[in-house]
Amino acid sequence: MSDEVAISVTVNGQVEHVRVEPRLLLVHLLRDELGLTGSHVGCDTSNCGACTVQLDGQSCKSCTVLAVQADGSEVKTIEGMGTEDDLHPLQEGFWAKHGLQCGYCTPGMIMAAADLLERTPNPTEEEIRHGLEGNLCRCTGYHNIVKAVQHAATAMQSAEVSA
Amino acid sequence: MIPAEFDYVAPDTLQEAIAARTAGGEDAKFLAGGHSLLPLMKLRLAAPTLLVDLRKVPGLSGVTRENGHWRIGAMTRHAVLQDSHELGAISTVAAGIADQQIRNRGTIGGSLAHGDPASDLTTAFLAYEGTLTATGPDGPREVAATEFFQDYLTTALAEDEVITEVRMPRLEGYGYGYEKFTRRAEDWAMVGVVALVKQADDGTCEDVRIAMTNMGSTPLRARAAEDALRGRPLDAGSIAEAAGHAADGTDPPADRNASEAYKRHLAQVMTRRALTSATK
Ligand SMILES: Cc1cc2nc3c(=O)[nH]c(=O)nc-3n(C[C@H](O)[C@H](O)[C@H](O)COP(=O)(O)OP(=O)(O)OC[C@H]3O[C@@H](n4cnc5c(N)ncnc54)[C@H](O)[C@@H]3O)c2cc1C
Ligand code: FES
Ligand code: FES
Repeated sequence: MSDEVAISVTVNGQVEHVRVEPRLLLVHLLRDELGLTGSHVGCDTSNCGACTVQLDGQSCKSCTVLAVQADGSEVKTIEGMGTEDDLHPLQEGFWAKHGLQCGYCTPGMIMAAADLLERTPNPTEEEIRHGLEGNLCRCTGYHNIVKAVQHAATAMQSAEVSA
Repeated sequence: MIPAEFDYVAPDTLQEAIAARTAGGEDAKFLAGGHSLLPLMKLRLAAPTLLVDLRKVPGLSGVTRENGHWRIGAMTRHAVLQDSHELGAISTVAAGIADQQIRNRGTIGGSLAHGDPASDLTTAFLAYEGTLTATGPDGPREVAATEFFQDYLTTALAEDEVITEVRMPRLEGYGYGYEKFTRRAEDWAMVGVVALVKQADDGTCEDVRIAMTNMGSTPLRARAAEDALRGRPLDAGSIAEAAGHAADGTDPPADRNASEAYKRHLAQVMTRRALTSATK
């Protein structure tokens, strides 16, 4: 076996020191070693976006990142977005606008949408559709997902104004 | 899908990275964003024994302006180019690569080193007649875009050379157009065309560069179309006529998305559209 590498990754604010095989994928570190099963594996070929997490504040497909590449970085997963009592506006939006059916794509959609709203706080419908082109959903037909992101954008904008 | 086993190092300096790559032999590989290499490794189409990650090597990222050129560090991610609107066509081309998650990881150095004729920045590099710096055990050397792409996934880069920087001339006074034809939003180009046009004061075409994605084993210049337009008045008629020559002399490989004839047709249509945007 190739030599394990010691890495430290801050996941949802908590520093994790782990030893990993170089070939371990970030998504497997998160799911299998750290028990954060919210990030899903859909296609395993960097197409579907179900495995999307944020790496140093930017969305990425964690099935196409080695855990060792995340050494010294901050990772945010769906588990770090909100709590059941205090949902993130995007989680709130998907709930309020029926942005999910089976829910398999939802964590990835939300993590990609968070990047989108960071880049474009007040997106048009077209910008939302473009911004989520790396995420596939087999259930909703996307329409309600767009509405969910619009809902979140509005909520985050007004929170900013009142802050 | 799990890649085959390999060893991994992330050196702190360029010299150490090159030395590690040299010591690793022919089965060692550099790693940048990993978005060409890791998918191949997961499919076991590539099985390097050592990855030399360039992520800690200082000074390889960012865009600066110097002497009529843009200097772009090899580890600059597509997303940074996408956000650097002052780069004109390069920014537009980068914004059209795959999707945001992939643009957040992929790098210009990785795109060029991989040398895929279906990739977008390779075409822009050729259209701009850029140059790059490749640094190996014997030090740095300059390579021009015209000499860089040699065959399918084959470049002028030696095994243990790192691309450290890519330079693109600023091309003041040029208009640009980029057209990428895909079946689905995040796809690779079936055919893509970058057009750069400089219009003279009298409305004629002073200079034109047209480069095409996925029309051969390397990115290609559409020389016949360029020759047909240079010196001519720029109007819908001359553009359509020139675009009709876009596929001249090409022999595009058919793939699951498009036959050879269809690609040749697309090249002409995409060239007409790209030239039209470039002369607006
Ligand atoms: C689903 C998907 C869709 C994509 N769609 C597109 C698309 O539409 N258009 C497009 O252009 N690209 C597309 N890409 C590819 C993407 O842009 C890649 O990121 C890019 O081609 C390679 O850059 P990288 O930094 O990820 O390189 P890596 O994968 O890390 O490396 C690629 C190769 O280059 C070598 N290398 C890397 N950096 C250097 C360097 N500085 N010096 C010397 N050698 C180096 C590596 O050893 C390796 O052989 C897609 C990728 C995926 C996964
Ligand atoms: S599982 Fe990563 S993109 Fe589909
Ligand atoms: S809700 Fe089922 S895949 Fe999107």
